[in-house]
Amino acid sequence: MTNIPETGRTPRVQTRLVVIQILVLSLLGTLGGRLWYLQIREGAEYQKEASGNHVQQVVDPAVRGDILDARGVPLADNETRLVVSASRTDLLKQKDDGKAVLAKLAGVLGMKPEEVSQKVRLCDAKTPQPCWNGSPYQPIPITDEATPKQALQIRERAEDFPGITAEPEAVRRYAGPGKSNTAQVLGYLSPVTDDEIQKAKDTDSPYLRSDMVGRSGLERRYDRVLRGKAGVTRYEVDNLGRVIGKAKSDAAESGSNLVTSIDSRVQRVAEYELDKAMKKARQQFDKITGENYKADSGAVVVMEAKTGRIVAMASAPTYDPNVWVGGISGKDYKALTGKDSDYPLLNRAIQGQAAPGSTFKVVSTAAAVQAGYEWDGGYPCTSSYSVGGQVFKNFEGESFGPISLGRALEVSCDTVFYGLADREWKKDGGINPKKGQPKDYFFKTAHQFGLGKETGVDLPNEVTGRVPDRQWKLDYWKANKDAWCKSGKKDGSYVEKIAYENCLEGNKMREGDEINYSIGQGDTLVTPIQEAVIYGAVANGGTMYHPTIGKAVISADGKTVTPIKPRKSGKLPVSQATLKGMNDAFAGVITRGTAAWKFGGWPQDKIALHAKTGTAEVYGKQTTGWLATYTKDYSVIMTIAQAGTGSGSSGEAVRNIYSALYGVQGDGSIDNKKALLPEPQKGLPKVRTDGTIAAPKVTGDPAKDVEASQQDNPTNDDTQQPATSPSPSTGNSNTRRRPRRRGSRRMPT
Amino acid sequence: MTGNSFSVSGYGPARAGWTRILARDSLARRLDWPMLFAATALSLIGSLLVYSATRNRTEINQGDPYYFLIRHLMNLGIGLALMVGTLWLGHRALRNAVPVLYGTSLLGVLLVLTPLGATINGSRNWIVFGGGFSLQPAEFVKITIILGMAMILAARVDAGDKPYPDHRTVLQSLGLATVPILIVLLMPDLGTVLAMVAIILGVLLASGASNRWIFGLLTTGVIGCVAIWQLHILDEYQINRFAAFANPDLDPAGVGYNTNQARIAIGSGGLTGAGLFHGSQTTGQFVPEQQTDFVFTVAGEELGFLGAGLIILLLGVILWRACRIARDSTELYGTIVAAGIVAWFAFQAFENIGMTLGIMPVTGLPLPFVSYGGSSMFAVWVAIGLLQSIKVQRPMSA
Repeated sequence: MTNIPETGRTPRVQTRLVVIQILVLSLLGTLGGRLWYLQIREGAEYQKEASGNHVQQVVDPAVRGDILDARGVPLADNETRLVVSASRTDLLKQKDDGKAVLAKLAGVLGMKPEEVSQKVRLCDAKTPQPCWNGSPYQPIPITDEATPKQALQIRERAEDFPGITAEPEAVRRYAGPGKSNTAQVLGYLSPVTDDEIQKAKDTDSPYLRSDMVGRSGLERRYDRVLRGKAGVTRYEVDNLGRVIGKAKSDAAESGSNLVTSIDSRVQRVAEYELDKAMKKARQQFDKITGENYKADSGAVVVMEAKTGRIVAMASAPTYDPNVWVGGISGKDYKALTGKDSDYPLLNRAIQGQAAPGSTFKVVSTAAAVQAGYEWDGGYPCTSSYSVGGQVFKNFEGESFGPISLGRALEVSCDTVFYGLADREWKKDGGINPKKGQPKDYFFKTAHQFGLGKETGVDLPNEVTGRVPDRQWKLDYWKANKDAWCKSGKKDGSYVEKIAYENCLEGNKMREGDEINYSIGQGDTLVTPIQEAVIYGAVANGGTMYHPTIGKAVISADGKTVTPIKPRKSGKLPVSQATLKGMNDAFAGVITRGTAAWKFGGWPQDKIALHAKTGTAEVYGKQTTGWLATYTKDYSVIMTIAQAGTGSGSSGEAVRNIYSALYGVQGDGSIDNKKALLPEPQKGLPKVRTDGTIAAPKVTGDPAKDVEASQQDNPTNDDTQQPATSPSPSTGNSNTRRRPRRRGSRRMPT
Repeated sequence: MTGNSFSVSGYGPARAGWTRILARDSLARRLDWPMLFAATALSLIGSLLVYSATRNRTEINQGDPYYFLIRHLMNLGIGLALMVGTLWLGHRALRNAVPVLYGTSLLGVLLVLTPLGATINGSRNWIVFGGGFSLQPAEFVKITIILGMAMILAARVDAGDKPYPDHRTVLQSLGLATVPILIVLLMPDLGTVLAMVAIILGVLLASGASNRWIFGLLTTGVIGCVAIWQLHILDEYQINRFAAFANPDLDPAGVGYNTNQARIAIGSGGLTGAGLFHGSQTTGQFVPEQQTDFVFTVAGEELGFLGAGLIILLLGVILWRACRIARDSTELYGTIVAAGIVAWFAFQAFENIGMTLGIMPVTGLPLPFVSYGGSSMFAVWVAIGLLQSIKVQRPMSA
């Protein structure tokens, strides 16, 4: 018999009890340790996961700000449509998951029940369109074209339609006041892409899946201020997605309104006149190509000379911006962007570039003065200029004898500029200059005039144009010499000969290149907006501006007004004396020069108008006409591709734009009441206390009014050539013909 | 000692009132108050957690947010009464009744397998009476296994015949335990089977049975598990479901979902928790079975590390005291019963909390005292009664 201790435990049992105790404690310790690990060490991670679990966001889109013209007239605003939406969360609370309600709704809306139920089902791999691709917590739109009667039926019997709402919602609209269009300037919207959402995720301006984003024009440039901030309501939901509470909410902040310097009436006149001028040009016969002018594209810019603000900007061909509203159809999209389209989305005022023709002589004249040539020196304006076997002719062989620079500018005497450019070319060292020797006054001046780079207008995707200087020639040659040397033939066709020459010495500034360049032909490219800046600067005493369309950003409540100030971009490299000479010369163009046949009877003593015409040659195409004009307040640039001379194609249109601005009647009298904008609009439109912006009513069609007032204009005829010009004594033209078009290439217009 | 163990007879004159209660040798002085306090505290904390988990669950609370709270407190009341009753009868008196108790509980689990039983959550382990009352007989089987095995194993040792139970006795006791285990396996209620195996191990350890039995049992268990795995007795999805606690992706819609949500709930609690009734996981009902098997997640989320740690601590107090009682018992019978209860509580607490923390597979075992459920509540309080009875009945002087 063993001794049984009083406690009833043998040593073996005692040991084992201790083991049990230790085991139990270590198990509890394990639990504690694991608890610490989950809650303290990894706690933050799980907290994040938990909030992702039970919070769902419902987005309340911000109303996009309006784009207004200078007087407050909306160019782009929002129209209210009655949108009937269904809330899945509410539908699923019903016994039959809302089937009965949806069927009843289909009856009210005159839709098929399947159609409605398809719209509210969620998209997944197995569900084909139509289905809802957005958040299941977002009200799902069933139609945005409900009639007020249908909306009323739904709202009055809300208890019969649980989970269904009929609310007015804002949809973008391009109002087109007074028949203006402004399509390319305004731009358009399209839904945000996944990429953009990802990219903007961590910025201070993230996108929401429901966002529309500005894709071009002002809609894109000012997207952030216009877009506002969508409101987000965060709901706490349970495991079945039922809403059990409301978490933090951010109210939607409406986008700010953008006041522009565009005057919708002037815009309409500009668009109408551009269109009319192009249509007219198509009826004109082009003697050179032996067919009517194609006049396939054009642009007008009306700019305030003293500020750089854009009053009107039109580009043709154009389109109706409202095709984008509510999603563009595939067919429409193809018509706008397809290969067979005429690319109406391009804003040719800032994205179209062409050789400037004689409008470039303002640069050449300034260059000559910079190079040290006397303004009043006598420069021979001969009928032709010969360089080593090549003959550069003046237009129609005219000659004026020795003339001043101002007179050369006024009569657009090519041979004067040929001579000056040739002398500079020789001074710069000819075909093989020493390093550092070339002064390149003609090219430097072009850069100083802001050519070859963007003007910085507040629109996206502006193009730079081109100054074909030595550096460009070298780069261009490097890029193309292989092709040239391959296809070039010494005695081949015209194209092959050009290629052959280019292969040999395309990297060098040849004599003919500089001569051609001096009158704005050859490889030089400018945009209408660049010309508007240059001629505006001549008008205002020499200051160039970054053109602006946006004038002020006004917050939705009207309390914060952020003006967009004009920004100077530089000074023209000319003295005031030279400017005065240029002014006189450009005035002469109107009174007795190349544009005079279109401006007969213009009240020049009251409204001093200045102009320079230009005709650019484009290889394989009809000539591009330029008409650069200005008064003390405005510069107006118009260009039409494949439409003949600048004055012939655009003279009447530009005159009508000025007539509209200043109220000039056909007989030369001035009717201030009819003047649309005799002085640039200074102030901003009035903001009412509720934040809305007062705007005058625009009725009728300003373009037709102007047209009517020009009935008895003596120069309104359909002729293209100045054969019947009222000032035959100065029957000069801005155009010239060259025997060979060296280095001239196709230019996009 | 007489059968009436509630008063200590034959010791001094009868004293009345407070004096008697507060006397050095009174029953009240000899009760294990820390354990009682911890068990009551756990039950009360449990009632709050159960309330928090069910007040919004309209689909199960019959529209009455207090439905589960009231029932939990009622269960606690009944449990306390059962404890007092057990204490009054005394574990020695119950020793004589073991055959009857064992037989009754066996009958109970058998009844579950008849049409009287109800299947809930895939296991047929309920007997449903009318009026919303139901019982899980398996909970009581845990007690009768402990009592039955203790009776067999301790009989000859306590009689002073042998220092340790011999092989025959051990075999007998194992046979006694195996019958209900097989029945529970048929339900099938894996969690309860595992708890019973843990109880058997604890009982055998405390009985002083030969090491061979202990190791033999453990080896059999391991071989059995490997065999089940290797011989593909279980379908892959069953194994996945079992292993999903470690890798929720194995069963993302079922157990994996539960473990994931449970872990999120506990993890998001942090140090101090979201505050009672403010847990989003709990309010959002993301964790299933949250008032019963996953009740610990409510504590984790709403009371944080401090509150959840307190629950573990209180369980520790009960287990610590129970271990002390096992060691201090004058008879092997008391030691075995106390150790069996320790094994039961410890395993169930570790398994239940462990599965919410993602370190144990998910099984349907309630957390003692805290989880909602009458049978479990009754059983654990009876166990407390047994422990108290063992404690108060040790000789006054040693």
